[in-house]
Amino acid sequence: MRLSSSSPSSLSSQEQSRLPQDALAGRQALRKAHLFFQRNLGGYLFLLPALVIFALFVWYPVVLGFIMSFQIVDMINPAVWVGWANYRHVFSDPLFGIAWRNTLAFTGYALLFGYFVPIVLALLINEMRHGKGLFRLAFYLPVMLPPIVTAFLWLWLYNADSGLLNALLHLVHLPGALWLENQGTALPALVVVATWGAAGSTMLIYLAALQGVPASLYEAAEIDGSNLWQRIWHVTLPTIRPIMLLMLVLQIIATMQVFTEPFVITDGGPNNATMTVLLLIYNYTFKNADFGEASALGVLLFLVLAVFALIYMRMTRRAMEGD
Amino acid sequence: MALFTQNAQSSASRQKQRPRQRVEESSERTLVSPLMLKRPAGRVIYWTVFALLLVSTLITFGPLYWMFSSALKPSIEIFQDPPTFWPLHPAWNNYATAWNVLQYPLYFGNTLILAAGAVVLQLLVSATAAFALSKLRPAGKGIIQFFFFSTLMVPPVVYLIPQFVNISDLPLIHVSLINNWAGVWLPEAASALNILILKSFFDTIPTELTDAARLDGANGWQIFSRIILPLSRPALAVVTIFTVVASWKDFLWPLLVLSNPDLQSLSVAIYHEAGINSNYPLPFNYLMAGLVLASIPPILLFLLFQRQIIRGINLTGLKG
Repeated sequence: MRLSSSSPSSLSSQEQSRLPQDALAGRQALRKAHLFFQRNLGGYLFLLPALVIFALFVWYPVVLGFIMSFQIVDMINPAVWVGWANYRHVFSDPLFGIAWRNTLAFTGYALLFGYFVPIVLALLINEMRHGKGLFRLAFYLPVMLPPIVTAFLWLWLYNADSGLLNALLHLVHLPGALWLENQGTALPALVVVATWGAAGSTMLIYLAALQGVPASLYEAAEIDGSNLWQRIWHVTLPTIRPIMLLMLVLQIIATMQVFTEPFVITDGGPNNATMTVLLLIYNYTFKNADFGEASALGVLLFLVLAVFALIYMRMTRRAMEGD
Repeated sequence: MALFTQNAQSSASRQKQRPRQRVEESSERTLVSPLMLKRPAGRVIYWTVFALLLVSTLITFGPLYWMFSSALKPSIEIFQDPPTFWPLHPAWNNYATAWNVLQYPLYFGNTLILAAGAVVLQLLVSATAAFALSKLRPAGKGIIQFFFFSTLMVPPVVYLIPQFVNISDLPLIHVSLINNWAGVWLPEAASALNILILKSFFDTIPTELTDAARLDGANGWQIFSRIILPLSRPALAVVTIFTVVASWKDFLWPLLVLSNPDLQSLSVAIYHEAGINSNYPLPFNYLMAGLVLASIPPILLFLLFQRQIIRGINLTGLKG
């Protein structure tokens, strides 16, 4: 190792006196390039599979999406450039406003149901001296189920004639309802399904975050005479606040992509009451074979989500720098 | 070796109370002080909360129970009003019917193959990239990292349709991966999150170790396969389990790519067989039996690998 590194340098110092200046520079550049390759080639080889996969299956479709949004694409005829026509069509579609309103309403309801419940659950479960494992299991179990199972299961629970929900209501002499057939209740009903299927994972993240609250802080707060609420307000919540903000953004990003529940349970109905943006993209593509319009709507969804993703990036960077 | 496993498990072991570790017991102190719990009033409140939590587990156990019990009801009993809590005449052959209608062995096998391929490909792609970024650190590492990690900001659904067009006619080689398992495997192999998890784990392995191996004449591949991978089993296990679960839950993309019934996953097959919007939907008792059959594998997976899953959530959730 030592021998090989010293011999070429001694050789070059001998040559230095004989060779003209520019040839020497050329040799040095060559040696530099050789060293660069020797040092980096292994790294690039290891990166090659990921670079190819990411280029071909993330970056290329992202760029293709922007291009297709300005084209008529039907997968049969060659693509034709149409400028902003796709965007104009998408904007003038009466379903456009409905889909966005439903998607935002879904996100809003999902935060209402799904944001505070996991925090409260995690706070309570973290205080338990018994059955912690059971509670964790119970609330996390639905997360493991395939979404298609969750969707069909709740389709059955909401069944107007013999579903569990109406049966329970009849049991306490309350009238049942046509949960999925009623325009007013269909969307909230789907939010319940999505929350049921996802709240457990959020709860586990909060449970993990709560483990990170130093016990000494609680003890110090107690010595200072604080009560339970003051400790929650001044010790617990400030400590888990970064995670709470992070989860808020993540939950917004995740719920705005809602698809499986409205697709499987209500198929966008009744009367488009559960038509979401992603479902509209799906319909443009596979019902109208209009890939260009679908891409245009995809680009719009991308722009909206990118705002939240940028907030998310800024927050994680701050959190990392804070470490 | 002990150092690394301890390092990796520190977050997970915090969840478990190990009696021999006094330090961890003191960190068990939470919002409510032990003193408060010893007082009668504290005890009453504690057990009330405990009971409330027990009742609230019905929110998740209830629907699951209903799925299991509906799956056992004969065709008439399932529509009975008021419904029976437990079927009067359990129809165990509902499961046999669902097994046949859903062609369970075929679709279970397909789902397994899809999951196995996803694991192999994702581990290969993510681990090699994470190793290069963590230990080999070639020139331009910053740009390459940006190339990977900025994709975390782009949820796959926003390029769903162009991806579909991409898959049906790959650039340059003009091959269609529609109705090909590779069409499902390849796009999901681009997982920046996996690279992030593995890289941050590889970062905890001291560089002295890889340097020493290099002095002994080991090349990059040997360092990767003989030192880094064996030391990273906990992280690899986490990535594997999460990949399997994600693959098992995946619905929309396989639905688009796999239109050939012989290749579909269980989720896609159930969706088609249920025929919910068709004239002949699958009766609910058979559908429920099918759902039970489809949920048993992931539930078993969770019961077996609970610790790894919770550790994975700690790794990804807190790093996130």
